[in-house]
Amino acid sequence: MFEKTLAELAQGLNSGEFSSVELTQAYLQRIKEQDSHYNSYISVTEEQAVAQAEAADARRAKGEAGPFTGLPIAHKDLFCTEGVRTSCGSKMLDNFISPYNATVVEKFNQAGAVTLGKTNMDEFAMGSSNESSFYGPSRNPWDTDRVPGGSSGGSAAAVAARLAPAATGTDTGGSIRQPAALTGITGIKPTYGRVSRFGMVAFASSLDQGGPMTRTAEDAAMMLNVMTGFDPKDSTSLDQAVPDFTADLNQPLKGLKIGLPKEYFGEGIDAGIAEQIQAAIKEYEAMGAEIKDISLPNTHLAIPAYYIVAPAEASSNLSRFDGVRYGYRCENPVDLEDLYKRSRGEGFGPEVQRRIMVGTYALSEGFYDAYYKKALQIRRLIKQDFANALAEVDVIMGPTTPHPSWKLGEKSADPVAMYMEDIFTISLNLAGLPGMSVPCGFSNGLPVGLQIIGNYLAESRLLNVAHMFQQATDWHTKAPEGLA
Amino acid sequence: MEWEAVIGLEIHAQLATKSKIFSGASTAFGAEPNTQACAIDLALPGTLPVFNAEALRMATMFGLAIDAEIGRTSVFDRKNYFYPDLPKGYQTSQLFHPIVGIGHVDIQLDDGTTKRVGVTRAHLEEDAGKSLHEEFPDMTGIDLNRAGTPLLEIVSEPDMRSAAEAVAYVRKIHALVTNLGICDGNMAEGSFRCDCNVSVRIKGEEKFGNRTETKNINSFRFIEKAILGEIERQIDILEDGGRITQETRLYDANKDETRSMRSKEEANDYRYFPCPDLLPIVIDEEYIEQLRATLPELPDARRERFVSEYSLSDYDAMVLSADRYLSEYFETAATAAKDAKLAANWVMGEVSKHLNQTDTAITGAPVSAEMLGGLLQRISDNTISGKIAKQVFEAMWAGEGDADQVIEAKGLKQVTDTGAIEAMVDEVIAANQPQVDQYVNAEPEKRGKMIGFFMGKVMQASQGKANPGQVQGLLKQKLEQLV
Repeated sequence: MFEKTLAELAQGLNSGEFSSVELTQAYLQRIKEQDSHYNSYISVTEEQAVAQAEAADARRAKGEAGPFTGLPIAHKDLFCTEGVRTSCGSKMLDNFISPYNATVVEKFNQAGAVTLGKTNMDEFAMGSSNESSFYGPSRNPWDTDRVPGGSSGGSAAAVAARLAPAATGTDTGGSIRQPAALTGITGIKPTYGRVSRFGMVAFASSLDQGGPMTRTAEDAAMMLNVMTGFDPKDSTSLDQAVPDFTADLNQPLKGLKIGLPKEYFGEGIDAGIAEQIQAAIKEYEAMGAEIKDISLPNTHLAIPAYYIVAPAEASSNLSRFDGVRYGYRCENPVDLEDLYKRSRGEGFGPEVQRRIMVGTYALSEGFYDAYYKKALQIRRLIKQDFANALAEVDVIMGPTTPHPSWKLGEKSADPVAMYMEDIFTISLNLAGLPGMSVPCGFSNGLPVGLQIIGNYLAESRLLNVAHMFQQATDWHTKAPEGLA
Repeated sequence: MEWEAVIGLEIHAQLATKSKIFSGASTAFGAEPNTQACAIDLALPGTLPVFNAEALRMATMFGLAIDAEIGRTSVFDRKNYFYPDLPKGYQTSQLFHPIVGIGHVDIQLDDGTTKRVGVTRAHLEEDAGKSLHEEFPDMTGIDLNRAGTPLLEIVSEPDMRSAAEAVAYVRKIHALVTNLGICDGNMAEGSFRCDCNVSVRIKGEEKFGNRTETKNINSFRFIEKAILGEIERQIDILEDGGRITQETRLYDANKDETRSMRSKEEANDYRYFPCPDLLPIVIDEEYIEQLRATLPELPDARRERFVSEYSLSDYDAMVLSADRYLSEYFETAATAAKDAKLAANWVMGEVSKHLNQTDTAITGAPVSAEMLGGLLQRISDNTISGKIAKQVFEAMWAGEGDADQVIEAKGLKQVTDTGAIEAMVDEVIAANQPQVDQYVNAEPEKRGKMIGFFMGKVMQASQGKANPGQVQGLLKQKLEQLV
């Protein structure tokens, strides 16, 4: 049962092979037994899950079940869930019970999905290893001494360890794609604005985008069918028709033009990863795709620009956590300034504080033009790079990450080394483009992710390209050794 | 040495939208603390703003009324600072691309001249909540009902040279926003408040002196007093060889003085940047033209109409045309009374006096415009005298009914029966022989004045009800017969 994809589980529910309550209880039991190894959940919402599963079964009995009814998933712990702690992996919100549902959560609830719990993450989604979580790091099921990536590391670990068939994640600079790559699962960051950000606790508003983390491209399409759509509560949400993302999964790829940016295949990339990516490209060639060398000349500027824009927005977005209305408040504040300083000093971890400091500095009077304004200019250049490239090719491919998973603590002392792990993912957030990571092999026994980048609103195309690869290969079916 | 003041004003007008600028919560004043603050106003994690299009309409109407450039693309920026009544830790405002650009208004000065004052810009922003210091010992209460109420901040050029000019400008803006129906103008409730930037320089100099900003003044009178006091304070310092510190000051109405709040050195760095949660507001010509077609009559046009249509004096027309509700009241009363001048006198006299004394808005006056019109008709048709009318008005204000009811109940109908008046006149002449003798022996040109004594006696005898014209006529006739 735990090896089944969402699509297969939906069949099982439809055929009466098992009920949603049975499925849900099996997962809850497995989480109870196994998650101490992975620390992938911050909260398990057992009672609520069983109640939702019962409601889903009742709905099915009445003949009113939809494609997602009764399927269990987990939510990254920055999607607000009514009546359930929404911590963002932070001491700051350890005591925060959300009084409302995020639009994404509401959509899954309406579709009849079952929420197993809330997954671990880097604090306020700031990190690439899940080590900045207040609840301790989540661990990579392929090697529990290693990180699952981040910030959606808990969702990735849960799906890879078969503790959830699928989970939601968010991606501000690679936070869906990078952990998907490091744990051997499938993840897609949709076009900016496809998925409502209402109720998704903000890290960097102009970059944040929710998306699915699944075992297969087909499952990701099923998730997107539920998650996407215009939301009047989010002014940046796209008022665009939502297609059936599963409709075009099996389109043949003959004639597909794939661009390979030379900047994504240079020095500093793990040899095993380079090898697996080349093998994947060969696979596409075998399916009739045409390969074209392209250039994204401003790639090297993406990380510096990102580390201005994202912290700048974060420094402002995180100002609301002030100890006044909710969340952590220091003991016995002597005055207002003391309340602010200690509540924020004690409630935020070091990485969050570092980014607030960087962002505050970048927006300061006298520095705005030199940093923030310049970063916005770079953002336009990067957008233009992609526009030029995507005028010539259908999709762009390359490695999702330069390295496979690393040991816990290995990069903790060097934030910049950690930031560099997002070099291939970050540009897409700056451009607002959709991107996907699919498993394409192993380097020294650790999963490797192939990144597929498409044009705005081309999610269906990405899913099709990923799905055809998964029809031709079996990398996505591999499970970590030693899973119970 | 002759000094000259330089004054620029920032006016915050709360826009009269039903819901807040970025949330659906109500903007009504006076609710229990925090009952009109939704998840967005409380800045709960994950919440996002959605712009209220009604606020855009109102701001655009204002821009059209002051003949300003309307920003075809305006952008919301975040102004970052920490304060407990600012839930997000930033105020959403417009710094770089405001909705209303350069415009102007004309103000009428006491000497009858008109002066043009430039409006630099007007931008949309959200109001903060309120900190309540009184009710909680050693603590501060936070009421977020006001948080997110839309504000239009109207920034003038430093074009004013006296407190009187500043007040004339504020009154003009007040008249505009209330006439447009985009602000209720209630200064006591804080719907319309003013920051005054004041500096002084030696007359004839071009360079501005260091300025101070006195914040959040909420009455016309306080604006005038605060500016007058601040000008005097600055001149005193400069004449003593001192320097003016650029700072923010507070006006204390009880002590009638301004005092320092914070200096520029302590000022915040607000780290403005475009709000990534809101899209730029893009408006087209069609939108603007549609709104232009809905502009109501504005005070300047109405003032001119009052002069031409009702033959009012310039001054009366200005006073009566400024406030939309006052002008409506006047026009209704004038129509009902069939005498515009009489109505103007009464609205500016008794009605305004009672409103001031009881601190009531014209819309809440217990004597409606129709009721006033009814009263004035009784003056015109000689049922009562102007003096008795004041007595009737008092009773009407106290809720004792309309004019006819009060006149009837109190028996105030004017005595016009010549026989009755003649009897009273005869009685008074008979009872005051010494004064009659004085009259008879006086030079003819002095006698006119002396009639006043007898008038008073007769009116007293009639309890004010005798028709004064008739009394005067009979007195004159009878006294002259004695000469």
